[in-house]
Amino acid sequence: MSKRDRTIYWTGFGVVLALLILAPFMLPEFWKRFLTEILIWGLLAMSSDVLIGYTGMVSFGHSAFFGLGMYGAAAAILIVSPPQLVLAVIFGLVAAAAVSVFVAYFSTRLREIYFAITTLIFSQIFYVIIFTWTELTGGENGLTFKRPELGIPGLWSTPFTTETLHWFVLAVVTASYLILRRITQSPFGMVLQSIRENEARTRAIGYPVERYKIVAVMLSGLFAGLAGVLYAVQNRFVAPDFVFFLVSGEAVIFNLMGGIGTLVGPILGAGAFLLLREVFSRLLTEHYLIPVGIIFIAMVIFLPQGMLGFMRRWLNR
Amino acid sequence: MIPWDLIVIQTVNGIVTGMILALVASGLTLIFGIMDVVNFAHGELFMLGAYMGVIVLAATGNFWLALVLSVLIVALLGAALQIVTLRPLLGRDPLMTILVTFGISLVLQNYALWQFGPVARKIQEPFSGRFQLFYLEYPYYRLLIAALSAAIIGGFWLFLKYGKFGIWIRATTQDRLMAQAMGIPVPLVLTVSFAIGAGMAAASGVLFGPLVGVNHIMGLDWVLKAFIVVVVGGMGNLGGSVLAAIFISLLEAYASIWVSPAQAVIASFIVLILTLLFRPTGLFVPTPK
Repeated sequence: MSKRDRTIYWTGFGVVLALLILAPFMLPEFWKRFLTEILIWGLLAMSSDVLIGYTGMVSFGHSAFFGLGMYGAAAAILIVSPPQLVLAVIFGLVAAAAVSVFVAYFSTRLREIYFAITTLIFSQIFYVIIFTWTELTGGENGLTFKRPELGIPGLWSTPFTTETLHWFVLAVVTASYLILRRITQSPFGMVLQSIRENEARTRAIGYPVERYKIVAVMLSGLFAGLAGVLYAVQNRFVAPDFVFFLVSGEAVIFNLMGGIGTLVGPILGAGAFLLLREVFSRLLTEHYLIPVGIIFIAMVIFLPQGMLGFMRRWLNR
Repeated sequence: MIPWDLIVIQTVNGIVTGMILALVASGLTLIFGIMDVVNFAHGELFMLGAYMGVIVLAATGNFWLALVLSVLIVALLGAALQIVTLRPLLGRDPLMTILVTFGISLVLQNYALWQFGPVARKIQEPFSGRFQLFYLEYPYYRLLIAALSAAIIGGFWLFLKYGKFGIWIRATTQDRLMAQAMGIPVPLVLTVSFAIGAGMAAASGVLFGPLVGVNHIMGLDWVLKAFIVVVVGGMGNLGGSVLAAIFISLLEAYASIWVSPAQAVIASFIVLILTLLFRPTGLFVPTPK
């Protein structure tokens, strides 16, 4: 990246970030929450971009990581009283990490379509467990709880408002973006990209491909779990529906719409998808998925690079 | 203590659902084997088949006519879907086809919800004879489903083995490029194969309709199960799929003696994972050396 490119990149980054910080002052209440939601789904999609865009593995199991993050956060909030935000994050991440170790170990032995199917089946296993273990998880109805307060345990705390929640989510998502960007551009990330380009050659050079894949799935699962924690905190309830594989499918849709391998693309894709959904659900009530699905099919056929695909090389320098 | 009567009943049940599952899965495995397309929309074709059955049955009152017409309509729809969405993707990453068929499944599912509403419809059994199976009045219709599914799969197998078009299909599965060089109209073969797979899904939808209600999400369960069957049986392997379908349905049927049917699904998930780990080419084919 030349010096000039770097200036342009960070200026663009700063402008978008500043707009997102200032957004709550300019938007009505409904759209404030909507923007926060876009950021959370964007984080989920960004986490799966590490696999789709950088390692070349399409996961249909991210709902498991996302959902376990949600249920982990819910457990912390319901067990500890008064609820602690830090504990919710830790519990959620531990739950997602545990699941992703399990999934990563088994699914990374398989390639391409078989990887996709295996991750899908794993997420369905967790769905069935959560759905049927009613005493612990509330079964089909899920669990509701109070939102924890923003703060540092023992020092200071204040209840979330719509604005502070937005800023908190924005801070987490921005930090995740910077971390993931750093990781994907590190030597480790380069190995992942070389697995995407040519797995056999990467192995021939001497990299332990399986180990890299396992770490990639775990990393991705961890950030998906973080998105789950944020979603649980925002919505104050968890339900098995979020573990169902359709959520994973949506994460893949976000990636395709925004542009894989760009990290910010999936956030844009999530925004575009949720906006389309909002517009069409006002026109067509619950049948919004018909036009949205058709747009998605058309995008896969005609624009597989997504909306930010033209910037892909530039964003990764 | 082993409940023998329950085991016999569950064996019959397992074979009946196993045969329907085999019918769904053979369409899926045909489509996968010939074009590397993982058809996420297969469950929706099953569901649409069942709805077409409901409509034709309401209009004509004849179950068998409903079965035939529904198969033809869904096969035509399948051909249209293949031409519009999958043909442009030929030669691209097979993962793209997963995404497109996933999109199709969302559209079809919501279309069905829009068109037919959330209330489950019922298909009347063509005849309602029953026989005594321990303490149960077991309907003959269920046995007939199993027999019909077996007949359709058998006919399909004969078609693949001896029919001219079947031979084209097998040739295209083995080597698409070489088949094209030999003058086989490969694009047509692909479209027709997709249509046949769709038609088989529709047939199983109509046959299965009388056992449960017909609603817009009934395809979801089946597509997941059919995926498991296709992977366990070996992708693109018809005989393996049939065996795997019966094996998995029996396993689930026995498991649901002790746990709830919702949890019994986990048994087949575990079979799938073990298969993928130890015999990734499928349980019923020799592992290539």
